[in-house]
Amino acid sequence: MSYKSFDEINEKIKSGKAVVVTAEEIVDIVKEKGVKQTAREVDVVTTATFGPMCSSGMFINFGHSDPPIKMSKVWLNDVPAYTGVAAVDAYIGATELSESRGMEYGGGHVIEDFIAGKNISLYAESCGTHCYPRKEISTYINKYNVNQAFLFNPRTAYQNYAAATNSSGRIMYTYMGTLLPHCSNVTYSTSGQLSPLLNDPYYRTIGIGTRVFIGGALGYVAWEGTQHNPLQKRGDNGVPIGPAATLALIGDAKQMDARFIRAAIYQHYGVSLFVGVGIPIPILDEDMVEKTAVTNKDIFTNVLDYSVTSGSRPVLRRVSYEELMSGSIELNGKKVPTAPLSSLRKAREIAALLKEMIKRGEFFLTKPVASLPESNVINKLEIREIGNEKD
Amino acid sequence: MKKIKVTMYFPANIITKPVTYHLVKDYNLMVNILNADVSLNKVGKLVADIEGKEEDIDAGLAFVKQAGADYEIFSKAIIWDEESCVHCGACTAVCPSGALQMDKNDWRLTFDREKCLMCELCVKACPLRVMRIKNGELD
Repeated sequence: MSYKSFDEINEKIKSGKAVVVTAEEIVDIVKEKGVKQTAREVDVVTTATFGPMCSSGMFINFGHSDPPIKMSKVWLNDVPAYTGVAAVDAYIGATELSESRGMEYGGGHVIEDFIAGKNISLYAESCGTHCYPRKEISTYINKYNVNQAFLFNPRTAYQNYAAATNSSGRIMYTYMGTLLPHCSNVTYSTSGQLSPLLNDPYYRTIGIGTRVFIGGALGYVAWEGTQHNPLQKRGDNGVPIGPAATLALIGDAKQMDARFIRAAIYQHYGVSLFVGVGIPIPILDEDMVEKTAVTNKDIFTNVLDYSVTSGSRPVLRRVSYEELMSGSIELNGKKVPTAPLSSLRKAREIAALLKEMIKRGEFFLTKPVASLPESNVINKLEIREIGNEKD
Repeated sequence: MKKIKVTMYFPANIITKPVTYHLVKDYNLMVNILNADVSLNKVGKLVADIEGKEEDIDAGLAFVKQAGADYEIFSKAIIWDEESCVHCGACTAVCPSGALQMDKNDWRLTFDREKCLMCELCVKACPLRVMRIKNGELD
């Protein structure tokens, strides 16, 4: 079995000799040349996704005013941010809604506007302290005048996700888009065979410390993402069937590009954020060739009935992404139209961009400093009576 | 029955002609005046909904021209701001006519205006708010 190390691949990138292809391109290369030869010839496979990721947000340090303030409540463009950390540090979450515009504007929009270089109104209150006497401040900030601004997303790039439909008689507005009554449509969210964690199903190369493309800038895998579930049921090829691993990502928002970070509004649900993520996968050996050559016909997910809102949602059928992406699937003997929620077009743009960055020697690969957990328990939030703290 | 929205323009020399009266009386049209700006020695402008049989509407509009006035048909339209679109496909989940579809090769959103039923479902289903209703003059 041929073997290449991260260092050897980085040397090739440095000398401009690395062979880099996207996770879609490698499929045909393997068909033509076979696994062994591909492992020798290809060094890096780029993967990408561009989908709505609610668990997104940005830390900002505003800098100190004169006289200074220890902010206790803060609003950015009338959207509340969290400032229960140090005096002028705050976290603006993507799904937080505007207090004046409701669901038409939220934290996701603040982040997009900030990255686009726009001025953001800042209003903050404080009780005032001896060392921070100011009680109120009203000003404007932008990405050029704050100290730090970094995206820190607790959960990004879900390794697979369920498809959604609605068997009830009423229309449902969800984070999976508008679900028509009587299972009249099915929505899904993936970049399929181009998706980062579907190309490295056992996290051999993607781990804590992995350098990534996030929102047009460099970033890193900071930790396992929230609800990381590596024990999800897997197919014969090792690819999980349904939501599995997740990544907590961090990246410099000041360097980001609003082409790759866009706010989203889901009717009667709220605000979210489209985040563009690209992750390079080193072709260390033949196993990584086989893993990255996965195709949409070999990646499966479950179609869930979102009209069931208590207990686990029933699985109506298992389906491949090839079938979902064909535009319709068979459901209860009926042909039902399908619609994507994640932009494959943008994901392809990112995978191609990352490929060019690596070929030009602008992006080097990093070996994980620690692996993502291989097992984890997903806990439920039990409802206990007041006063019952024990069980 | 068909319903259209028109703006009629009356040059100063014909504002004494009872054009609207003839549309109702001779062409059996229901005319609902929404806005009127008519005064002596000025071009008059009248915005109205006109409802009736298609052939009556056609004949009525021909009469408007014949009388020396002019008109423009208003129509609502869905405006797709393609520049701002990320081509996610969420709008295709609700489009009942197939006017909005994903191109299966390059995964770009395609919009066939001929098929659009103006149901406006896409306007609210679009997470980027790039589908808008335009009230304007269309040919």
